[in-house]
Amino acid sequence: MVSLKKIAAIFAVSMLSTTAMAADKLKVGFVYVGPVGDHGWSYQHDQGRQAVEAAHGDLVETFFVEKVAEGPDAERVIERMARKGAGVIFTTSFGYMDSTLKVAKKFPKIKFEHATGYKQSDNVASYSARFYEGRYIIGQIAAKESKSGVAGYIGSFPIPEVVRGINAFMLGAQSVNPDFKLKVVWVNSWFDPGKEADAAKVLIGQGVDVITQHTDSTAPLQIAEQNGAKGFGQASDMASFAPKAQMTAIVDDWAPYYVARVKAVLDGTWKSGNTWDGIKPGMVSMTDYVNMADDTKVMAKATEAAISSGAKHVFSGPIYNQAGELMVKEGATLDDGALAGMDWYVKGVEQ
Amino acid sequence: MIGIEAVILTIITASTPLLLAAIGELVVERSGVLNLGVEGMMVMGAVCGFIATYYSGSLILGVVAAILAGVLMSLLFGLLTQTFVTNQMATGLALTILCLGLSGLVGEPFTGLPGAKLPALYIPYLTDIPYIGKIIFGQDALVYLSLILVFFVQYVLFRTRVGLIIRAVGDSHVSAHALGYNVVRVRYLCIMFGGACAGLAGGYLSLAYTPQWIENMTSGRGWIALALVVFATWMPRRILFGAYLFGTVWIMGLYVQGIGLGIPSQLLSALPYIVTIIALVIISRNKQLTKLNTPACLGQQFVPDR
Amino acid sequence: MKITLEKRAMASNFMTYASPIIAIGLTVVIGGIIFLLAGYNPLNALYYYFVDPVMSLWSIEEVVVKATPLVLIGAGLAICFSANIWNIGAEGQLTMGALAGAFIPVMFTDWQSPIGLVLMLLMGVGGGAAWAAIAAFLKNRFNVNEILTSLMLVYVAQYILDWFVRGPWRDPKGFNFPKSVDFEGWQLLPTYGDGRMHIGAIIAVIVVVILAIMMSRSMKGFEIKAIGNSRRAGAFAGFSYKSMTWFCFLLSGALAGLAGIIEVAGPAGHLQPTISPGYGFTAIIVAFLGRLNPIGVLMAGVLLAISYLGGDGAQMELGVSAKTAQVFQGMLLFLILACDTLIRYKIKFSVSQKSTEGALV
Repeated sequence: MVSLKKIAAIFAVSMLSTTAMAADKLKVGFVYVGPVGDHGWSYQHDQGRQAVEAAHGDLVETFFVEKVAEGPDAERVIERMARKGAGVIFTTSFGYMDSTLKVAKKFPKIKFEHATGYKQSDNVASYSARFYEGRYIIGQIAAKESKSGVAGYIGSFPIPEVVRGINAFMLGAQSVNPDFKLKVVWVNSWFDPGKEADAAKVLIGQGVDVITQHTDSTAPLQIAEQNGAKGFGQASDMASFAPKAQMTAIVDDWAPYYVARVKAVLDGTWKSGNTWDGIKPGMVSMTDYVNMADDTKVMAKATEAAISSGAKHVFSGPIYNQAGELMVKEGATLDDGALAGMDWYVKGVEQ
Repeated sequence: MIGIEAVILTIITASTPLLLAAIGELVVERSGVLNLGVEGMMVMGAVCGFIATYYSGSLILGVVAAILAGVLMSLLFGLLTQTFVTNQMATGLALTILCLGLSGLVGEPFTGLPGAKLPALYIPYLTDIPYIGKIIFGQDALVYLSLILVFFVQYVLFRTRVGLIIRAVGDSHVSAHALGYNVVRVRYLCIMFGGACAGLAGGYLSLAYTPQWIENMTSGRGWIALALVVFATWMPRRILFGAYLFGTVWIMGLYVQGIGLGIPSQLLSALPYIVTIIALVIISRNKQLTKLNTPACLGQQFVPDR
Repeated sequence: MKITLEKRAMASNFMTYASPIIAIGLTVVIGGIIFLLAGYNPLNALYYYFVDPVMSLWSIEEVVVKATPLVLIGAGLAICFSANIWNIGAEGQLTMGALAGAFIPVMFTDWQSPIGLVLMLLMGVGGGAAWAAIAAFLKNRFNVNEILTSLMLVYVAQYILDWFVRGPWRDPKGFNFPKSVDFEGWQLLPTYGDGRMHIGAIIAVIVVVILAIMMSRSMKGFEIKAIGNSRRAGAFAGFSYKSMTWFCFLLSGALAGLAGIIEVAGPAGHLQPTISPGYGFTAIIVAFLGRLNPIGVLMAGVLLAISYLGGDGAQMELGVSAKTAQVFQGMLLFLILACDTLIRYKIKFSVSQKSTEGALV
């Protein structure tokens, strides 16, 4: 009898301790739109997740679901995470916005973080990065380094974020060479290495000697490397794919934001809001400037510093659209609202 | 002028994987079997080719591994459809699902690693001829192989006894069986040939087209290869034409955008498919032509009763 | 050793019921081994795949939501395939159905009426059927292989939807992001309870019952099977293959279109560039798993829906990657297909003696 009681006691204690442990740990969920192995968008978010685990150790337990289609499937996955007892859930694609808000309404105590959207609520914060700041810098580099005076831009879909990137690139380029030309090719996919490579080859064939892309694979950069053209990394450092061609890469670094937001939940200080960070807080960072002339490097570093300090705003007037109409007056800058929904191209963009 | 040369070179690389996969599937269908798993076998070829090259440093081993992977997957299809006489369409689709998952699983540690690229041929003087030198004498080995394969298949199918047997099996498995041919064995071998070609096509993607492994990197090219077989009315030389036509429309869609004519990019992206449909209509209108070439037993199950 | 099949005089009754059980048993065993090799507790993994999704009311509702489009499309395709007509482009028909049905809420944003909803569903049906009609027309008029036209039209449909959602039908208040206005009130399907389960599930069940009756009790069902068995025999019986092609494509296209508008007016609530994670293709498998029988399709759809939810769960709870779920699904299909052979054939294992026929090849 004694031994049985003992066993029961041990069992009870162990049960208690496991439940206590489970209750102590903050569960953090992540929903990815692509496979974590895309080496682009979802990959970078997963790097952020791993940073959260590294930073908070035993205090948190993270989990994720990859390749979640935008729409009904996303809502189910997010709700499942909420029902599992997640304390905070990061939904990392624009198309998850409405699903996130719907689930958040049902679970007011859980915090939600939605990437790249524009709707918030009491328990849904949104966050995005000002990638366009990096695009301005690479535009300058491209104009300085290009011999033909024409760059190629491989776009995924004409959503505001991509349009903004194209405009920022063009403004940067024009600040160096007012006659600079930019050819834009849409591949209608975020991720099709073959088609991205084809687009890069076609652009090079049309006389482009600097290529940049707003798609997720490393293929365009590889093509640049093979053809002696130059290019830039997107989302992550792609130097290993193109050691001679990559001049710099715009890196999405979600880690600091994720670590800070999870900490806020742990501390009980989390508040909803709309974070749109750029180079200064490190959400967007540039890798080493290489494969370019020394004065180009100096210029790039100076621009990066100016953007970081706030001395330089990328979208400051005068800016004309393709039809030649004045969109931003001299001395003015575009506000975040206008940037968020941008659907026009600056003068000189061929598209 | 440089522009046109570059465009032609791009068309060649874009068309080669389609051509490789399609010519293999053509032989499979000529034997009366419809394998819808081309996309799956391709993607397995891509991942296995990349891994083998990554570890061995040898591109030849990579190509061999890609072929073997395709063959292995096609054997799975053969086992089900030939030995267990399952429905070929369902089995092919299941194969694609399985392979897309499996390749992602196997390839996970290899995403984001740069790979080696198949070297292009270089013959002094010849390759240096302006305009046409690089196009004719400056491709990688698989481009030439794909062209040789087309004529090889054409020759075997229509000029040899083996080809006669394959076509007999595809046109009437009952009569072929009655004549004493082992229908199931012929089909197994054809399926394996198709697997080898699809694997090779996948290997072309990960070793030459874009030398790296990324999940789902075939992006639907296996399906286009399937369409090309019908487009070609099961004639090998027409596959060559079809693959290059598709490649040309595909690349011109990108080219036109680069010039900047303001045509909706969705229309340009959809154009290769629309052109394929129109071409299919033109070809299929001639009923006798298609009837003559369509393997009569395509997709039908066969169990030797003895 | 040699495996030979011997045709049964008639389909084995015992095996009809035993084969799925054998298949599931084998899947469990082989799946368990895969999980073990991958370093997971196999029992745990299997629990999350097949049991956990039906352990809570919410989850069961979600299974129903996920199964609805699969069953609707699968039932239509089952009829097509029974007649030996190959519509592979249900995904495109679904897309066009969704697009056509969404015309009403997008154009008449403020119109709130049950009539509007019914009209939406009808337009969805019409859109899907119209898209399928292209392939049927090309087949009948120009003899174009329907597998390929229907498949190619999937891509075309998706680009058309993409153009609409990014262009004329974009939500004016949506910061130029690619989505239509959100549907409200009578532009959405009524739901029951506080979950997402909607009236579409009932529609799907009704469709299944009607089709099951048609197949087993009506002349049309006989005609479908006759043509499916042998086109020539069907022709002798006076059945027209051409009108059967029209019938099958219009029916399966209509059901795919219905599934599309149900997704949009149900769980999605607006149009977006992709509205289906490949339901049109998965439904092909559903049709075969259900043995081309409408009631079977219903069960197969539910089974597949469970395995999708199980895949989510296994990722979250155990960290099993999404690819493992896919491999597992592929394997399940293979095994079910292979076990189906047992219904029609006896398998004999024998030590092969060199057959004279084989030597010729």
